[in-house]
Amino acid sequence: MNGSTTLPPNRVDRGGPAQPLLLVRGLKKHFPGRRRLFGRGREMVQAVDGVSFSLAKGATLGVVGESGCGKSTTARLLLHLIRPDAGEIIFDGEGVGESHGIAVRDLRLQMQMVFQDSYSSLNPRATIADIIAFGPRAAKHMHRRQSRERATHLLEQVGLQPALYAHRYPHELSGGQRQRVNIARALALEPRLLILDEAVSALDKSVEAQILNLLFDLRRELALTYIFISHDLNVVRHVSDRVVVMYLGRIVEAGPAAVIFGEPRHPYTQALLRAMPSMDPDRRSTAPPLVGDPPNPIDPPSGCRFRTRCAFAEAVCAAVSPELGRVAGEHEVACHMMVPGSGHSRTGCGQ
Amino acid sequence: MADITALQPAATAADAPRGAAGRSYWATVGERLRRDRLTVAVGGVVLAIVALAVFAPWVATHDPLDGSVLRRLQPIGTPGYFLGTDETGRDIWSRLVYGGRLSLFCGMTPVLLATAFGGVLGLVAGIGGRLLNSLVMRVVDVFYAFPSVLLAIAICGVIGAGIANTILSLTVVFIPPIVRVTESLTRQVKSRDFVEAARASAAPMHAIIRHQVVPNVLGGILVYATSLVGISIILSAGLSFLGLGVTPPDPEWGLMLNALRQSIFVSPIVAALPGVAIVVTSLCFNLLADGLRSAMDIKLPT
Repeated sequence: MNGSTTLPPNRVDRGGPAQPLLLVRGLKKHFPGRRRLFGRGREMVQAVDGVSFSLAKGATLGVVGESGCGKSTTARLLLHLIRPDAGEIIFDGEGVGESHGIAVRDLRLQMQMVFQDSYSSLNPRATIADIIAFGPRAAKHMHRRQSRERATHLLEQVGLQPALYAHRYPHELSGGQRQRVNIARALALEPRLLILDEAVSALDKSVEAQILNLLFDLRRELALTYIFISHDLNVVRHVSDRVVVMYLGRIVEAGPAAVIFGEPRHPYTQALLRAMPSMDPDRRSTAPPLVGDPPNPIDPPSGCRFRTRCAFAEAVCAAVSPELGRVAGEHEVACHMMVPGSGHSRTGCGQ
Repeated sequence: MADITALQPAATAADAPRGAAGRSYWATVGERLRRDRLTVAVGGVVLAIVALAVFAPWVATHDPLDGSVLRRLQPIGTPGYFLGTDETGRDIWSRLVYGGRLSLFCGMTPVLLATAFGGVLGLVAGIGGRLLNSLVMRVVDVFYAFPSVLLAIAICGVIGAGIANTILSLTVVFIPPIVRVTESLTRQVKSRDFVEAARASAAPMHAIIRHQVVPNVLGGILVYATSLVGISIILSAGLSFLGLGVTPPDPEWGLMLNALRQSIFVSPIVAALPGVAIVVTSLCFNLLADGLRSAMDIKLPT
């Protein structure tokens, strides 16, 4: 890092290919809940509680977990759509919001998001062309004609004929077409990182496949880096290089996609994978892999947050919160069973 | 990407003829309005009333201020005075037509002013933070503590009678409800994903408000303001009736009602005419607002 305060033009690779594009350390967000009646203070919903990960340039990071585990909150924290309570976000070597770092505005020019609900994420009163051109025009002060041309080009890029769709309104498009518009809108500012928050979850399987193909093509053409948030494990396995598994606001397991799906170590990950619908009827399991709902994030369990639903929970799990620790290579797990001498009787059983 | 486009030939082929021209929300609303016969009829009546008031000098048969003791309280159907005359012998038709000018003006201006002020306040309250929101909305709540008629009478009573004061007091009465409606609409829109997407695109706040929030809030405010015009016409007529609005001898429906009240046993039908004008106009504005609301309530296929 050269320490200069002037910001580089967009899409300039500053730190070289070895420097992670995004480095997140101890990201935390506790939402104030209802005020306690007759009590002191407020209930705090621990939506995201100390999330750390790094993301290499050009890679795709899959984020999986049950609904309510803090996936979407993490995405919004990364873009500073919600202000984090604690933690660092370092984009290509520059700390977000730090005195010598990158301003939130410039971060947003390089990091964009595609939302799950393709309808509510498009302004119903604007034409498709205006929706795509809004970012360049409002944030980069691009001229009307120039931004129009940009929108036309982007529509072509996402596979929508500009002549047919530029003057349409969102309600005149199908779900898949709207999601293409969403992608075009996110690309309009020429970001380097795209956060796909359940971007294909609401689509039909056939349309989902088309959109995934489009995302693959775009990643190659535009040298993009993706954060792919989804509850659909099949899709995540298909698209991700690395996978992060979240449970109740914390990362419980992280590693290369092949390792996470091949030899998961954390009991939660194992349960999630068992819950995956199998394509092979002979390998169908009828036993529920996970019992009950996730605990209330207002009052999470002490120690390991998964212990209330974990088959191997012991005294140490309630007493000590397990840290995310390296088990092999890039593979990290937050479980006492992985740590020799942690006090858990099954230490080393997963080996 | 060729394989992707090839997968949706049906959609593209079907859309091709009218593909270039997308239909905006407002175009759809317009067509729905045109198909709603009641609203079209009501809109026609409103237009007719406004036209009569605007073209009063050509429509009126007599000078609205020209009275004569000789032809006092003529009944309906009197030759030359087909709606009769009032207690000082002035032609009712001419006074109704001219009175429409003042009544409509006093009815619509406060709503316009209140929409402008209240709309901005509500937008600010809806977009602003918790503190700003509380500040604006709690002040608004104070006004809600008074019944609107009483508030208008009180303000007029303090600052005195007259057209300007009527308009001022009614504006004050209408600002709080408009602030409330705008604030809740703004908050709804603000929580939608497309506003978040606009924030994520690093766009400055004013651009987000102008291009994302306002176009989505405007329709709801329009409907609400239209429904207020009916109330406003009744209230302004009421103030004139009580002697707090338009001063005699200017023709105004509320004032006419008050003057004719004394002769209600002599010619009850003539005495009721200004009331009929008030009711019909107010009702039409309310029905128009209803029609507008249902035309704008489009459940879009998703």
